[in-house]
Order: sequence, then C-alpha cells, then structure tokens
Amino acid sequence: MVMAGLSTKPSPAEIRAWLEDVPDPEIPVVSVVDLGIVRGVEWEGDELVVTVTPTYSGCPATAVIALEIVEALRRRGVEKVRTKTQLSPAWTTDWIGEQAREKLKAYGIAPPAEGARCVGDLKSPIVECPHCGSMATEQVARFGSTPCKASWRCRDCLEPFDYFKSF
Amino acid sequence: MTTAVKTDLAIFELALRMGDNALILAQRVGAWCGHAPVLEEDIALANVALDLIGQTKMWLSLAGEIEGRGRTADDLAFLRDARAYRNVLLAEQPNGDFAHTLMRQFLFDAWHHPMLLALKSSCEKRVAYIAGKADKVVRYHLERSEDLVIRLGDGSEESRERMQAALDALYPFAGELCAADAIDSELAERRIAPDLSGIGESYIAYLKRTLGEATLNAPWDAATRKGGKNGMHTEELGYILAEMQWLQRAYPGAKW
Repeated sequence: MVMAGLSTKPSPAEIRAWLEDVPDPEIPVVSVVDLGIVRGVEWEGDELVVTVTPTYSGCPATAVIALEIVEALRRRGVEKVRTKTQLSPAWTTDWIGEQAREKLKAYGIAPPAEGARCVGDLKSPIVECPHCGSMATEQVARFGSTPCKASWRCRDCLEPFDYFKSF
Repeated sequence: MTTAVKTDLAIFELALRMGDNALILAQRVGAWCGHAPVLEEDIALANVALDLIGQTKMWLSLAGEIEGRGRTADDLAFLRDARAYRNVLLAEQPNGDFAHTLMRQFLFDAWHHPMLLALKSSCEKRVAYIAGKADKVVRYHLERSEDLVIRLGDGSEESRERMQAALDALYPFAGELCAADAIDSELAERRIAPDLSGIGESYIAYLKRTLGEATLNAPWDAATRKGGKNGMHTEELGYILAEMQWLQRAYPGAKW
C-alpha cells in the first residue's frame, strides 16, 4: 500500500525513535517511551500496531496517550495505525529509564524508588528532595495531584514536592 | 440461524462480582469529592475511587467478553438492574461519617488485597492479568486505610468512639466477602479462584491484629449479613443505581 509521504515502511526502531517525541499528557517532560508504556511496535501487513501498557489502572491519561501516539505517527505519514492494550506483564516504575528519572527530577518530581515493590518497602522509601537534594524528606499524603504521585515535603528547604510512587 | 452462545457462567460471575464490588464502592467513595474533612483525604478518596473505576473497566470488559453476547463494560454498568448486580452488601453501605467510609474501605481492602494476590495465580490468564494490574494499587489502598484505622481508633476519645460505632455497624457485612457459595466452590475446584475459606482465615487473623492495634473490638460473633453476591441487595443499591444510571436510561445510547 502507498502511504502519504512514505515510500517504504519505516522500521520499528525508527518508529520507536519518533515516539520519543510523544510526551506523557500529565508529565510533559517525559515521553511515552521514557515511561516504558510502549511495549511493542510491529507491522501487520500494511498496518502498524503499537502495543501499549496502561500505567495505573485508573489513569485517565491512558486513552489520551493512545490517541497521541496515533496522531504523532499520522503526522509522520503512517496512515494505518492501531494501538493494542497489553495488561501483562503489568507495568512497573522500574521500567522508567535513568534519563527519564533525571528529567523528572529537573521538573520537580522525585523519581520512584527502584525495586521497592512490596508493602513494607513502600512505607518508608528514602526520597531525595528534587529541589535541594536533601534526604531529610517526609510524606505528607499518600495521594497527590495525579494517581501516580504522592505529596511529600523537604524538611531542609521546606518546599513541598510530588513523589512518583514506586509500583 | 443464530448459533447458541455458551457462556462460562462461573467465570462470568467472578468477573461481575469483582467488577461490581469495585464499581459500587467507587461510586460511594467518589461522592466524597469536595466534602472530605481535609484536603489530603479528599484527594486520596477521589484517587481510590478512580483506581476502582479503572479496575471495574477491566473486570466488566472481561465479563462481557466471557458472556459472548456483545455487551461492553458500559452496557453492564449502566443498563443492569439491581438484581443483576453481584457486589457484596458491604460495598453499597452508605458513606455515613468519615469513620464509616474509612471502616468500610478498610474491611474491603483487607480482603481485596489477598484476594487479588491469589487471583494472580489463576489458571484463567485473563483473570490473572487483571489481578496483577489491580493488586499494585490495592496494596497502596490497604496501606492507607490500615494506617488511618489505627491512628483514628487509637486516637482521641471522639475518633475512637466513631471508629468503634462504624465497626459495630459494618463488621456484620464483612463475612460475605469470604463466604463461599456453589460458584466459588466451582471456581476453586477449577483453580480459577482461591478457596475463600483460606482467604477468610487469614482475613480474620489480620483484622484481629490490626483492630487490636487500633484498640477497637469487632462484634466477632455477629450474624453475617449477605446476599449481594447472588443479587439480593439492601435498599441502598437502588438509590446508587438511580443516580449512576439515570443518564443512560433517560437518553439511551448517549455518548461522551
């Protein structure tokens, strides 16, 4: 099939690179690739199938993310795109890459503690203040401005900040 | 001619029970939005409700898929009458004061978390996937409700009194969560869901430990109030559905 502006099918690696420009709708400094939401890119005949995994089960951004992926690829000239939802393996914050963690910190959000995935560990992760780097921080509330964040504050610089919950 | 659709009724019921518990509790908890005693709790309650709605969507989509008659999660949520709902009676109990809302959540989370953990090893892989997804947020819910139940139970005179009153009123409904009927037995035999009596034993042990820490005492011998899993609900559910479903009933097929 002929696609507008494209003479050959772009490779999955190329498409992945394009998706690095698609921001998360709630936290625009990180991309959907950074967050580990894109689980697969493959051609099924002349249709491109992008497999995405939802982050939090109640995240209202999930539908928007799928829509933005389709729109970004259409702008690149891929006309037939479909997104597929994959529930397993369940998304974990351990899939958020090093670079994305730095971007989150620079944006004022403390990145999720790594590997803290059982209840006992969730209670007291050591969280670095994204503003001043102090480790003297405390949780204000388990829930925050979006389903993925908790409210914290720094006891040194006294600034409140969001902590990206570790799951 | 039409081909007869054969529905695996046991799995269909399991998906409805899990989905309806999440949906009805979410509808209740969501009503607190803008009314909670402190801002952090307002946000927490809205987030818990949102998580539960996300789970509802997965469970009811699965129910529709298993049923095989083309019903979507929305069809099941908005177009079923009370008798077709399969949530436990606990989920539909009124919000009352903050203590009632919190105690209802605690009694539910304390069961929900081990239930989902067990469902993660279901031999029906679609059930296991949903449980794996839901378990991650539910353990967070349990952490919050456990912490608050202990702090308010072992708190001021007034907070303790209110928490004890809530426990006295709601504990009789907790037993339904672990009371197995023929469908549960079939599911356990087919290794699709856990044996509920096993979940029940650790549930009671956990409640005794945590409520003890909260200096609260449950009416352990109270008769269990049940029926919701089989569609026999309290008067409360009708009011919830009236509010939740009126738009789809008044304007059938209306879309966002």
